[in-house]
Amino acid sequence: MSETLYQRLGGEAAVNAAVDIFYRKVLADRQIRDFFDDVDMDAQRAKQKSFLTMVFGGPKTYTGKDMREAHKKLVANGLNESHFNAVAGHLQATLDELKVPKALSAEVMAIAASTHDDVLNR
Amino acid sequence: MPRLQYGSASYDLLSGESVLDALLRQGVDLSYSCRKGSCLTCMLRCAKGHIPPQAQDGLRDSLRAQGYFLPCLASPEGDIDLLSGEDADLFGRARLVEIERLAPAIVRIRLEAATPLYYHPGQFINLRRGDGLMRSYSLASVPRREDHLEIHVKRLKGGAMSTWLNDEARVGDAIDIQGANGSGFYLPGHPDRPILLIGNGSGLAPLYGIARDALGDGHRGEIRLYHGSRTADGLYLRDELRALAVSHENFFYTPCVSGPEPNPGDRTGRADTAAFDDLPQLSGWRVFLCGSPPMVHAAKRTAYLAGAKLADIHADAFELRELRKTPRA
Ligand code: HEM
Repeated sequence: MSETLYQRLGGEAAVNAAVDIFYRKVLADRQIRDFFDDVDMDAQRAKQKSFLTMVFGGPKTYTGKDMREAHKKLVANGLNESHFNAVAGHLQATLDELKVPKALSAEVMAIAASTHDDVLNR
Repeated sequence: MPRLQYGSASYDLLSGESVLDALLRQGVDLSYSCRKGSCLTCMLRCAKGHIPPQAQDGLRDSLRAQGYFLPCLASPEGDIDLLSGEDADLFGRARLVEIERLAPAIVRIRLEAATPLYYHPGQFINLRRGDGLMRSYSLASVPRREDHLEIHVKRLKGGAMSTWLNDEARVGDAIDIQGANGSGFYLPGHPDRPILLIGNGSGLAPLYGIARDALGDGHRGEIRLYHGSRTADGLYLRDELRALAVSHENFFYTPCVSGPEPNPGDRTGRADTAAFDDLPQLSGWRVFLCGSPPMVHAAKRTAYLAGAKLADIHADAFELRELRKTPRA
């Protein structure tokens, strides 16, 4: 039996290790932090966890329609290509910081890239 | 569509709507405040039906067993029969035993509870006046040192309870109390972990309690308290805090004035700014924040970015509370 990407990355423990690193990067980035600057930081952090679980190939599955719905309001508020690239950059930097092997991190980035049109409601 | 039975009437519940929002939308007069499960002001009882478990998180076992839940957190899928809380389960009687002016707009109120309240300094209680008016206040007292409950009340523009407590209430007046609530308090067991306390205005109250609780418990790690005010005369309990810093080498007190004319020795600028200038790196710290909502929100983010874990950042922004505007008839 071959392991899933999620298992090879280390499952929920890997997501937990990544979420604070990733969320700190996003909140420190003036270009995008307003999208995430919720008064309820715990709820926001939980959503970052859903994001990471998804791109790590984890058990929670979203459809393209879910992705469109989740980001519809944000697109109406100006979410665009440059924001998408910024998030992708922070994701890559998070994986590098955790020393995730290149082959695995490439799979993660491919999942993220595949959501591009849905996230931006194209 | 699920139905809510409350009193003699029945109400509908829209998909995804909380029980609190549904009742308010349909004109039911309920007490509520934070709408996110912290203040417990809106607590109701469920007589029949299934309540989602997260709507009972953080309630005492005895209340849970009686069906108490938080309507602001509950979006049940099925019908629910509701009861309003039984007073005797929720509220105890108390009496004002001391009223002392600490600053031009802040009084210290000491309360004597008819039956002793189990609490940790830093938790909060809900006060309810005879006419039903209700507000939350944090506890500054330390049970092993003080017999009475101590709260600090800042007079807010248009604030019915705060104006009453500042200007009209008298020693001997009766008041009902519910509590203690909240998870922002000192936890023994990590005596070397550093603690950062940042407050403005009467947000000092829980921090004053937490600091003294920790020191009394023999906490060895550093405890840094930053108290901010726009004017120098708003920095109350200065002498007590200075004395505490003199008698404990791990306790540091930094008064901060953001407006003109600070006292000699005060830092100029906001308390959160001063704290983060001094402490750019907070991994491993426990952080307690209390005061005005903009300060608390900004400081929470900054503390997190400086490395503190979210679970280690306790934030109370009580002035946010949009309680009912009129007392219950
Ligand atoms: C890289 C591709 C992206 C993926 C795979 C993704 C995935 C997700 C997921 C799964 C959720 C739902 C979380 C939940 O409610 O459980 C979500 C919500 C969210 N996403 Fe993304 N996202 C992406 C890009 C972005 C970008 C570029 C931004 C903004 C700069 C963004 C901002 C948000 C925000 C603010 C929410 C929360 C919305 C709310 O509060 O309901 N996302 N995202």
